[in-house]
Amino acid sequence: MTVVRGRVWKYGDNVSTDLIFPGQYTYTLRDPDEMARHVLENLDPRFAQEVRPGDIIVAGRNWGCGSSREQAVTALKHAGVSAIIAKSFARIYFRNAINNGLLPVICPAAVEAIQAGETVEIDLRTWIVRCAAGEFPFAPLSPTVLEILQAGGLIPLLRQKLGVALPEERP
Amino acid sequence: MAAKTFAEKALARAAGRTAVTAGEVVDVRPDVVLSHDNTAAIAQIFASLGVRRVWDPDRIVIVLDHAVPPPTPQHAQNHAEIRRFVQAQGLRHFYEVGRGICHQVVSEEALVLPGQVILGADSHTTHYGWMGAFGAGVGRSEVAALWATGELWLRVPDSMRIVLRGRLPFGVTTKDLCLKVLGDLGADGGLYLSVEFHGPALREWSLESRMVIPNMMAEFGVKNAYLPPDDAVFDWLAERLARRTGRPIPECRDRISAGALYPDPGARYVAEHTVDLDRLEPLVACPHDVDQVRPLREVAGTPIDYAFIGTCTNGRIEDIAAAVEVLRGRRVAPGVRLLVIPASQVVLQEAIRRGYLATLVEAGAIIGVPGCGPCMGNHMGIPAPGEVVITSMNRNYRGRMGPRDVGIYLASPAVVAASAVTGVITDPREVVG
Repeated sequence: MTVVRGRVWKYGDNVSTDLIFPGQYTYTLRDPDEMARHVLENLDPRFAQEVRPGDIIVAGRNWGCGSSREQAVTALKHAGVSAIIAKSFARIYFRNAINNGLLPVICPAAVEAIQAGETVEIDLRTWIVRCAAGEFPFAPLSPTVLEILQAGGLIPLLRQKLGVALPEERP
Repeated sequence: MAAKTFAEKALARAAGRTAVTAGEVVDVRPDVVLSHDNTAAIAQIFASLGVRRVWDPDRIVIVLDHAVPPPTPQHAQNHAEIRRFVQAQGLRHFYEVGRGICHQVVSEEALVLPGQVILGADSHTTHYGWMGAFGAGVGRSEVAALWATGELWLRVPDSMRIVLRGRLPFGVTTKDLCLKVLGDLGADGGLYLSVEFHGPALREWSLESRMVIPNMMAEFGVKNAYLPPDDAVFDWLAERLARRTGRPIPECRDRISAGALYPDPGARYVAEHTVDLDRLEPLVACPHDVDQVRPLREVAGTPIDYAFIGTCTNGRIEDIAAAVEVLRGRRVAPGVRLLVIPASQVVLQEAIRRGYLATLVEAGAIIGVPGCGPCMGNHMGIPAPGEVVITSMNRNYRGRMGPRDVGIYLASPAVVAASAVTGVITDPREVVG
């Protein structure tokens, strides 16, 4: 994961997990494809039908506020979304994104500049977002976070680590 | 040593370090890990780790509360899977359908104590700040990782101080205080922060009134919230810890108070705000954001279809008492439904003992099974598309209760009850007056 490139879907402030993945599905839907079919249905019914692999979501402040439900991340990931660029993220959503290998980028200036539908690039070598309006730097992710993202998420990382730490399954 | 905030002290202790500073990333070993109906999904992730036994069965708490009793075969199957996991892992702290909402149950059972760290797969895990514990919400994968290793990375948050001056006027509650904070500072005003409340008024409030505050601060974006614990907190928890463990109350109380943590004078805060309680008035959060807060008087008269009192924010006996005071001798307006769901079985029993249920039912209220009810749009009282709801719950995002075009107003329980009586958003002081 060095450069992430994708087409933009743009949304506003305070998009809650209720809009991203409705609560009524949280204990019944576990099939990733089915989850992806309902993602964002309360905000933008077109999204689930038209999203393409690699697409990037660009959002305002406090993306993913509200419930801790992790499906608000995994459903987007299964729908093919490669990254989310926001002015800010709700804190549990930020953690859930990292823990599921979905790149969260905090870059308010880029959010202002990016237009819906354009193709943008997130460069993790130089920590820059490139779009039609120019280049916008963002704060590098911490080593802890990068390690998890590069492993594909917390659980894949933990599997690697446990595989080393626990050669035999514990009784 | 440098002066420390509550969050710095609590996370240092949980990380086994002498001191940590805001901004550091630390590996924390929480005292309690909480999950609810999402436990089956977490167990599935846990199984993929190849670890057969959880790290410490006594530190894991599971409460079935989000869709209880189960409304569909799928929900029932979900609960059945959780019971199998609980049995296979030998988990003692498992609470069945109907016992109550996880945060209320964990408090009532004194499963978390002041100064401890609880991480839960639920955004309202901020709740435990009422007793001066560090509570933070995490995701399902993180809980699976915790079950396996007992450890999780956390960034030590910066802290905000909210200083409370004066006293709340009659008819104004801690729910209004929370709405004031949200309205003034925004739904992301506390993002990533630990928010501490200080001021003499806190000690005068019932514990139930205090519980509203850190619970509702989840809507402020915070990592955790904190109220300094006092004797009332220690006494309340000691009685319950003694009941659960069979140890003498004085011994429990000593243990509880010894764990309490208080920020040092001179600790570093990135922001400080003062709220003049004397000048607060009843407030309402309007659709579709928790920070669309307006004075009750400005939205009074708005017609409603449905009123709901309950949830981990405002479903305790004090909240039901406030509703009963408004509803006694009155009727829910024609065409309006009022649903009341006690936060726990203990609250329900107390409501029965005090005769509140009779009053509520006579007034035309519907009584629900202790649990989360329709709060997240699962079941037990979903509004119809296009309807307007007033509720004591904690969030009003579009689609929260199911249909996307339901307008949800958030207010204190008395305001919800008064609105149910008149059919329009109403100041309870006018009804009871």
